[in-house]
Amino acid sequence: MALLEVDNLSVTLATARGPARAVRGVSFALERGETLGIVGESGCGKSLTALALMGLLPENARATGRVVLDGIDLAGLNEDALCRIRGNRVGMIFQEPMTSLNPLHPVGRQIGEALATHRGLGGAALRAETLELLGKVGIPEPERRIRSYPHELSGGQRQRVMIAMALSCRPEILIADEPTTALDVTVQKQILDLIRDLVRELGMALILISHDLGVIAENVGRIAVMYGGTIVEAAPTAALFADLAHPYAQGLFAAVPRVGWRRDSNARLATIPGVVPDLPDLPNGCTFAERCTLANDACRAAAPMPIEVGPNHSASCIRTDAARLSRKSA
Amino acid sequence: MSLFLAKRFATFIATLLGASVLTFLALEILPGDPALVILGIDAPESAIAVLRLELGLDRPALARYLGWVSNLMTGTSANSYTYKVPVAELIRERLEITLPLAVLAMALSILFALPLGIYAAQSHDKSGDVVIMSASQIGISVPNFWMAILLIMFFAVNLHWFAAGGFPGWSSGVGPALKALLLPAIALATVQGAILARFIRSAILDTMREDYVRTARAKGLTRRATMWRHVLRNAAIPVVTIVGLQFANLLAGTIVIENVFALPGIGRLLLQSITNRDLVVVRDLVVMIAAMVVTINFIVDLLYAAIDPRLKPHDV
Amino acid sequence: MQGDTFLARGLRNRSFVAGGLLTLALVAVALLSLAWTPHDPLRISIPTRFAPPSATHWLGTDQFGRDVLSYIMVGAQTSLTVGIVSVVIGMTFGVTLGLCASAARGAVEEAIMRAADFIFAFPAILLAIMLVATLGPGAVNAIVAIGIFSIPEFARLTRGAANAIWVREFILAARAAGKGDARITIEHVLPNIASVIIVQVTIRFALAILAEAALSYLGIGSQPPTPSWGRMLAEAQTRIFQNAWLAVFPGIAIALSVLGLNLLGDGLRDITDPRLARKR
Repeated sequence: MALLEVDNLSVTLATARGPARAVRGVSFALERGETLGIVGESGCGKSLTALALMGLLPENARATGRVVLDGIDLAGLNEDALCRIRGNRVGMIFQEPMTSLNPLHPVGRQIGEALATHRGLGGAALRAETLELLGKVGIPEPERRIRSYPHELSGGQRQRVMIAMALSCRPEILIADEPTTALDVTVQKQILDLIRDLVRELGMALILISHDLGVIAENVGRIAVMYGGTIVEAAPTAALFADLAHPYAQGLFAAVPRVGWRRDSNARLATIPGVVPDLPDLPNGCTFAERCTLANDACRAAAPMPIEVGPNHSASCIRTDAARLSRKSA
Repeated sequence: MSLFLAKRFATFIATLLGASVLTFLALEILPGDPALVILGIDAPESAIAVLRLELGLDRPALARYLGWVSNLMTGTSANSYTYKVPVAELIRERLEITLPLAVLAMALSILFALPLGIYAAQSHDKSGDVVIMSASQIGISVPNFWMAILLIMFFAVNLHWFAAGGFPGWSSGVGPALKALLLPAIALATVQGAILARFIRSAILDTMREDYVRTARAKGLTRRATMWRHVLRNAAIPVVTIVGLQFANLLAGTIVIENVFALPGIGRLLLQSITNRDLVVVRDLVVMIAAMVVTINFIVDLLYAAIDPRLKPHDV
Repeated sequence: MQGDTFLARGLRNRSFVAGGLLTLALVAVALLSLAWTPHDPLRISIPTRFAPPSATHWLGTDQFGRDVLSYIMVGAQTSLTVGIVSVVIGMTFGVTLGLCASAARGAVEEAIMRAADFIFAFPAILLAIMLVATLGPGAVNAIVAIGIFSIPEFARLTRGAANAIWVREFILAARAAGKGDARITIEHVLPNIASVIIVQVTIRFALAILAEAALSYLGIGSQPPTPSWGRMLAEAQTRIFQNAWLAVFPGIAIALSVLGLNLLGDGLRDITDPRLARKR
């Protein structure tokens, strides 16, 4: 049995213009120690998916479907039981280290809070454990920094504090939602390396969420590409890059500048034409149809179901044959 | 002292001076001849001349201003024209009523507003919230002196629980004195409490949308723990400002309320002095109230520095 | 929210509708009282004094036998006049100062805002009382005093809102087109901060009604025979043990007027909410 099973998860947002189905029928499974990347443009529903897993959706959102953690259906749990799971069995890192830490509390106290809550630690034991965590995430002079306030730390250090906080109780799953987007480019890699190393060291499963395919590709074993609230393609990392089946995934990949990419080689950095459709206006058929060069009437008529295009590799597109063909010929 | 506090202290002093200049201009220069104002235009020329000398009006304005300010700072003050005693003495006596009244009203207002505001924020958009917000909307719209009259009507006229006004004096014991201040304090606190409750609610709602609150929840803190440890203290920062401003409003409100309940505080003294055209008293009272307001704002700044570590010099 | 007109959004907003109706009612009563009241509001009739509410005198009569309803209706004129004139004074000077501060920046801005800070040291009603002490009691002086004390708030608010506009791209574009500060202020800044000012107008209007009532209650606002809700309450209070109802209706009139304006302001703020605008 998988550590985490997500089955047909949907999130509906109540907006001024009526309900918007921001996440629609997302399903995936995560084994112990497995690393999964979720990639997609902003607004594709990836962050809401993560919040739904934590049971921390905003007030105007409703989730349906099943989220099963180690055999326990989270939907059946009351708030107290969920609190015992959050930060304890599932840890989460957020995008904005600037605003995700409470400006009025010293960072040591914020890191120790989960330990105090879930493991009942206090006093010297709590302090020792907090210091160890600070050292583990590579913060220099933990003895001094434990008393620091967030505004006294750099962005990278704050994100390290966030990581220490998420890892404090040795969770089985770590969810990192755009952990490096708000950071300087030079710091990004350090933080990603830190996350990857710690995940390996502690044997955690990882869900890494990013709009940046490059970030995802280097750090996870399996990738799910999201568009318009659904997973349009999912495969092991190597298989995905070897054989991109969904036109959107192809476009996303073509939009990434790669190292070694030669300026003089006539090729232009590709962009996907059009914009992400507004959520309440999502069409009946394939959500990508309007921006897709291969779309036909059948695409606009009904939402495509995921089909197997290879071992462990699925894509939600009825035109994968044409898509793969056009990619090979290109 | 941190840079923030040094700056605020400089502003504090500058505002005090500015307020005293404004008061001086409004009450000594604008009326033309204060002696004429005090005695009225029908007064004999000789009496006016005598008073002019008494008030030092023969000196140039700047000298009068400086003399007045240095008197204020040393605590010596001119005699009231009507009461023939030093104004400082008059004010000290009256403050014994006004200050406790304002403090009591502030305490009641916070006592009303804190639980209501927190409850409304927690039940955001549900019926409890709607009821509290509607009630506070009405509370804000009621003039405090009408509220006072209604309280007199109900508790003094109908139920005979309280006197309709007056003050027995602190010498008659703390109990009876506080009892005399209770209705006036409630009248003041109703409006201020309604404003404060709305403000507390929206400060909490704003804070609950902060990313660090989501972080706290992601750590596994319960709603209640998150509220106590991460929301309330952070929401306190804007609330402290409003409480400071409200204290200033309460001081002003006492001017009206003391007259409704015939309490011999500084508000009543101010109104009587205006009626008696005793500009000496009016001038000192006005500047004193302004100084209190400015001082409270400065205290609010000190509180900020205590609550918010970002304003403290740390590891510099 | 394209195609969604201001009015359509307004009609969906409960505060706006309720506040608008109450405010309209206030204006309607004031206008109606110019032409018609149930009785002559100033006619003294000693035999029928202290009549309780009845079919002829819906809200009863006061200590001079005057019809309370008629007197309240005429009192609406006073409240409205004080509100309008004082808000116009406060808005004209305050908005002008705020716009100047924002356009000039530097020392001028600093000077204007410091001066506003000095005035903030005086609680509103204290400032009004101080001016009345200088100028003498009376409706006109009360209006001027109330108007003056709302200048700094208008100035501060205008400057804040205008500063946010000055950094926008279309100002740069207007600059590039060779427009001067004055023209940019009038053509670009003012229209963009109008909604903020309008909300403040409703709030200040409500405060002006409250202040006028308080000053008149203290006997230093409008003087007899000008009808005033505040003075009605002061007179009623002296009879509170005998004729309590006299202290009820003028208070309700004040509270409803203020409630209406406050709700209207809240509604307008919701409709023109800058936070919603930012999301789009």
